[in-house]
Amino acid sequence: MLGKTAGGLYWMFRFLERSENTARLLEAGFRMALTRSSDAESEWQSVVTTSGAAMGYQAKYDSYSDTLVMDWLLRDPDNPSSVISVTKSARDNARLVRTALTTEVWEAVNDNWMTLRDLLKEPVTTVDLPSVLATIRKQSALVRGALYGTMLRNDIYDFARIGTFIERADNTARIIDVKYYTLLPSASAVGSSLDNVQWEMILRSVSAHRCFRWLDEKDMTATAIAEFLIFDKRLPRSLAFCVKQTTENLRYLEQEYEQRHPCHDLADRLKRWVRESDINTVFDLGLHEVVTEFIRDNNALGSQIEQDYRFMA
Amino acid sequence: MTKGPTTYDEMIRSDGSISPPYERYDTWFKSQDPGRLASKSQEAEAFFRRTGITFNVYGDAEAQERLIPFDLVPRILSHREWTRLSKGIEQRVRAINAFIWDIYNRQEILRAGRIPKELIAQNDAFLPQMIGFTPPGKVYTHIVGTDIVRTGEGDFFVLEDNARTPSGVSYMLENRETMLQMFPELFAQIRVQPVSDYPKNLRHSLAACAPAACTGKPRVAVLTPGIHNSAYFEHSFLADQMGAELVEGHDLRVVDGRIAMRTTQGYHVVDVLYRRIDDDFLDPLSFNPESMLGVPGIMDIYRAGGITIANAPGAGIADDKAIYSYMPEIVEFYTGEKALLKNVETYRCAEPEALKYVLDNLSELVVKEVHGSGGYGMLVGPAASKKEIAAFRKKLEARPANYIAQPTLSLSTVPIFVDQGLAPRHVDLRPFVLVSPQGVNITPGGLTRVALTEGSLVVNSSQGGGTKDTWVLED
Repeated sequence: MLGKTAGGLYWMFRFLERSENTARLLEAGFRMALTRSSDAESEWQSVVTTSGAAMGYQAKYDSYSDTLVMDWLLRDPDNPSSVISVTKSARDNARLVRTALTTEVWEAVNDNWMTLRDLLKEPVTTVDLPSVLATIRKQSALVRGALYGTMLRNDIYDFARIGTFIERADNTARIIDVKYYTLLPSASAVGSSLDNVQWEMILRSVSAHRCFRWLDEKDMTATAIAEFLIFDKRLPRSLAFCVKQTTENLRYLEQEYEQRHPCHDLADRLKRWVRESDINTVFDLGLHEVVTEFIRDNNALGSQIEQDYRFMA
Repeated sequence: MTKGPTTYDEMIRSDGSISPPYERYDTWFKSQDPGRLASKSQEAEAFFRRTGITFNVYGDAEAQERLIPFDLVPRILSHREWTRLSKGIEQRVRAINAFIWDIYNRQEILRAGRIPKELIAQNDAFLPQMIGFTPPGKVYTHIVGTDIVRTGEGDFFVLEDNARTPSGVSYMLENRETMLQMFPELFAQIRVQPVSDYPKNLRHSLAACAPAACTGKPRVAVLTPGIHNSAYFEHSFLADQMGAELVEGHDLRVVDGRIAMRTTQGYHVVDVLYRRIDDDFLDPLSFNPESMLGVPGIMDIYRAGGITIANAPGAGIADDKAIYSYMPEIVEFYTGEKALLKNVETYRCAEPEALKYVLDNLSELVVKEVHGSGGYGMLVGPAASKKEIAAFRKKLEARPANYIAQPTLSLSTVPIFVDQGLAPRHVDLRPFVLVSPQGVNITPGGLTRVALTEGSLVVNSSQGGGTKDTWVLED
């Protein structure tokens, strides 16, 4: 496979994942803003910060409101991570690697772009937001379904999956990082309604508010939620799950190509960290510090993969 | 221009009867519910859009990707018409390859005085880097798209010989695929020669031209300028169909005297490069130093027998519009036979007498830039306003050698499907020709382009033209 093709696949799936994550984040923010107990402006601010596009936003706007943030995250071409931008980027990458995709996957990505382009032509109102977000999630599910259902399990699939999970790990880690103060054990002592709203926001933004209730018989405490998001291998958006998937697909590549690279060592290091830590050691070291380091390591792994598999000349 | 009395319709004759190749189709068509056909037509558009069969229009930011409209009425040629045409095309393509070799080697045709020397020496398409070099298999034009127009039952003319990187073949294939999906019953009733072998034939044809350095099974790659190129869809389509890699310049580099592509497992050698970029961008070391699309050093590797480039650099010397006017002489010079296919009468504005005639008759003529393509920079006299003609006159007077002129041909029409039923529209035809040491292979049919506007003669997709499936009937 061409290095460029591997890179195209990797980025195509990073962008698709980002689109879905942004939609979830926006949904969580929207719900937060609807509850009177919260400070809407600061919630919208934390949504923008979590999305990783705060700098561009601040360059353009002075305040935070539902209309501005929704527009910035959904339709603004100036925001490289807006849903419309990443959907376009995902499709551009899909065109680049078209020869590596099945017709079904290509058509799903193309349809995703055409649908969202039309859907986001005009500013989205708060009334329409739920259905717009539902469409974004649904389109994303269609692409994933086509990938699972039609692609060979070979190196093409591996690069697609690695892109997905590097991006997802980054997203979950940033959500934890922005809201880390509500996840500190001291917060659980308070048990106020504000904390409950905050926790629900976090769980919703990783689509895990119901999973948590199903899986965790413990009370909803800050520690339990933090542990769930970082270490629970059953949750498809936890850091542990993402690391496991990335490591696994990298191992398949190692076997198929019979080549081991520095990225394999980096991935193994992340995996070892997951295996050897628990929520107590995380709090001992500091949640914020641990998550910041994870984001850095995850990014470093992404760059190393790009280099090892020659995405660029 | 409206449809004059002299316009030849390929389906419906002037007395209202149906031409023989269309008889069965006509019977079928008349039995169809127009509403169903209209919905089929929309179905086809949705299909094209979903699969991404689009082309980009330069300088049109709003509609970066457009569909080429597809018309569901096929253009039908009889077996006999096609046999005649394909013989003429083969003769012409063989002559073109002999001509290019001669121009870059012995230049006998120049010495014989059949073509003016300055037409070659001062031509941008002539590449000194190709002098004295014979490409693998002695093939220059691996892929040719010969543009044919028709004015009467037996009157076919060659309008252009596209010897560089002719595009459109993906539309030929997808149009047929669409027709097969929409109207399978038609193909059960009417025996149409298949076109689906084209990608396989292209691959074999390219592989047969592998360079001396190739050991084992030749590895073929398609070189594209990238996703923003107007024909990117076609590049990826062909690579996909051939099972070849689709590469850009930055995927390639020189490794140990060969051209190699950067893969996830290191650099892998490429033997044959089907390039869809112009000569000028091919190698910044030999041609345009600003080019980011090409591969530095590829010309040296090429000349040393390390890679095959298809079509060969410098092949454009044969499809220049000024050279075109000499094509009957060229065919005769190299094949010893009269050209089977006619040329359109052409006035070379470089010649004072011709220029005077052209200037006196601008409103009757089609004037083209010698190096232009895609219908840009041309004047269609009968359709132009006085102001446009006046503006063009100035350009022509300033650089006469830059132009040729041709009479406005009364192009044949084929009906398209409209709300009211069938309506005649002007068409042309681009058959696709493959050349290898094993022979010349012409896919039966080709791409029919149709001017969708009533009376219009401009069929270029960039100027609002559409396409049709083209059928060659079995004997």
